Amino acid sequence: MGIKILLQDLDQDIFSIEGYRAKGGYESVRKAFSMPQDDIIEEVKKSGLRGRGGASFPTGLKWSFLDRKSGKPRYYVCNADESEPGTFKDRFLMEKIPHRLIEGMIVSSYALGAHKSYIYIRGELMWIANRLKRAIAEAYRDGFLGQNILGSGYDLDLYVHPGAGAYICGEETALLESLEGKRGNPRMKPPFSATVGLYGCPTVVNNVESIASIPWIVMNGGDAYAQIGIGKSTGTKLISACGHINNPGTYEIDLGMTVEEFIYSDAYCGGIKDGKELKAVIPGGSSVPILPKSLILKTAAGEPRLMTYESLMEGGFETGSMLGSGGFIVMDETTCIVRNTWNFARFYHHESCGQCSPCREGTGWIEKVLHRIEHGHGQSKDIDLIVDIARKMEGKTICSFGDAAGWPVASAVRHFRDEFEAHVNQKGCPFSC
Amino acid sequence: MRPELLQTFDELVACYPEGKEKSAILPILHLVQKENDGYLSVAVMDEVAAYLKIQPIEVYEVATFYTMFKLKPTGKYVLEVCQTGPCCLVGADGIIAHLQNTLGIGMNETSADGLFTLRGVECLAACGTAPVMQVGDYYCENLTPATTDALLTEMRDGTFFARMERENGD
Ligand SMILES: Cc1cc2nc3c(=O)[nH]c(=O)nc-3n(C[C@H](O)[C@H](O)[C@H](O)COP(=O)(O)O)c2cc1C
Ligand code: SF4
Ligand code: FES
Repeated sequence: MGIKILLQDLDQDIFSIEGYRAKGGYESVRKAFSMPQDDIIEEVKKSGLRGRGGASFPTGLKWSFLDRKSGKPRYYVCNADESEPGTFKDRFLMEKIPHRLIEGMIVSSYALGAHKSYIYIRGELMWIANRLKRAIAEAYRDGFLGQNILGSGYDLDLYVHPGAGAYICGEETALLESLEGKRGNPRMKPPFSATVGLYGCPTVVNNVESIASIPWIVMNGGDAYAQIGIGKSTGTKLISACGHINNPGTYEIDLGMTVEEFIYSDAYCGGIKDGKELKAVIPGGSSVPILPKSLILKTAAGEPRLMTYESLMEGGFETGSMLGSGGFIVMDETTCIVRNTWNFARFYHHESCGQCSPCREGTGWIEKVLHRIEHGHGQSKDIDLIVDIARKMEGKTICSFGDAAGWPVASAVRHFRDEFEAHVNQKGCPFSC
Repeated sequence: MRPELLQTFDELVACYPEGKEKSAILPILHLVQKENDGYLSVAVMDEVAAYLKIQPIEVYEVATFYTMFKLKPTGKYVLEVCQTGPCCLVGADGIIAHLQNTLGIGMNETSADGLFTLRGVECLAACGTAPVMQVGDYYCENLTPATTDALLTEMRDGTFFARMERENGD
């Protein structure tokens, strides 16, 4: 088993600030204050850390884009909206080790020169928001937040802001709109948040897990972080595994482990439940392509598939997928792919913000046609129709929700076309669901 | 509105920069909904607009966008069962059917005694502890028909929220 950076000491009492500090917690705040801000950004660049919210953009590079010359206040915002089906890793981290996130917020805010920072947490997680608020109060009490933190002259106030139920608010600019008290409609880009973000000011938005990785990078250096993992997939990653497996849960893995080990090892998923056969996996949250057993365990070229950004993408959209948010959804042989795809299509239709016609209309259409196929009223041409609609949404919308809603459909048809056809030919669901 | 509530509004607004009071709208609506028997009436939304010095339409716009805000009266306990893919892989459909049979209501309906409203919601970030339902501020996870029945009994007895608050330190 590899090194633990995020879930380190989880077996000890590190929920309270006393317990957390006894294990070295908050030391990175002191260390950060002894470093020039640019050096911290440099270490994060060297670490190779890539955004853990799903888009996997290099965090250090994102930080370096922040407009620091505008003379306006700068904001740092944590994306704790976690709503991508299959993903429950940020929630786990905040629930168990709230101080890891708070420590990361302080160090990152300092590096970027923000004095007001927000944790935007999905409203359904109200009890975790309350835990965070209590942990923040502890951090103020111990002098890690507020005015002149640890005598450094640096001031920071940290707030928790609850959402109120809307998947789209996980999209960075929708989140900022929502934080400004509006509907969560994604903004047109450019301008990017780095220049025009919260309240029109330069802003960086990062995912919970990205932020919680920062203290370790500051303490141990970017090079040490980059030594974990393989190639451009550096460090550790939280994977939330669910579906038909023996051990659903959140795991911290070194990027680079084989998918096979992750699925079958008792230290992770523990194999398929009830001794059944693996059928398919959606490896990075509901928005990434589904892969059948043959392609999730090995690439089309016959290489073992690894838990890295690159390996999961190997084969592109034809035979690959993506690491995405790390929401690892496992399906056994009894799963009806059509029903599952219809369920996700229903989800995307419900969650589309409705600003762009291709997304608003397309998601509704796909849902309707898939429902028809699942219930035995589909025709052969319907199968091509849904792929066509998905393709027509791609790249034609304000935010990448439009792409994300189409990929699961296109990939399900690509890899499980015979199952769609069986629904049409038998005029009903062969899995009798 | 009660003076204590207005004081809490002031505290919430203070989290945001001057002139950006509107940012407090979601936290304020959460509070108001709780105070107003679990839903937002036009009257209370208008009061929030007056407090934030914004147009009522700006509050309606927000209230109708987010699924956690209810615009009509609900039962005392709103059972919000996750109906998204991963939960359905491990039996969410069965829990929903069980609740419908036990309570004698369909989706988005309220039981005759006014105690329960049943709703389907989307992924609650609890797919590893599925099936799951949200009730008020809390999650009930790893549901089986038997544990679901036990929870309904606690709700009927009126002990459910007290236990949840105790267990969560709220
Ligand atoms: C439809 C949609 C939903 C998203 N949901 C989330 C989310 O729940 N959490 C998250 O961290 N990022 C989410 N993202 C990605 C964010 O837009 C953004 O890239 C991320 O917060 C940046 O942080 P990172 O670079 O640390 O990953 C979503 C993006 C899209 C298009
Ligand atoms: S792509 Fe969909 S979710 Fe994104 S802005 Fe357009 S309508 Fe809204
Ligand atoms: S799908 Fe139900 S909690 Fe994620």
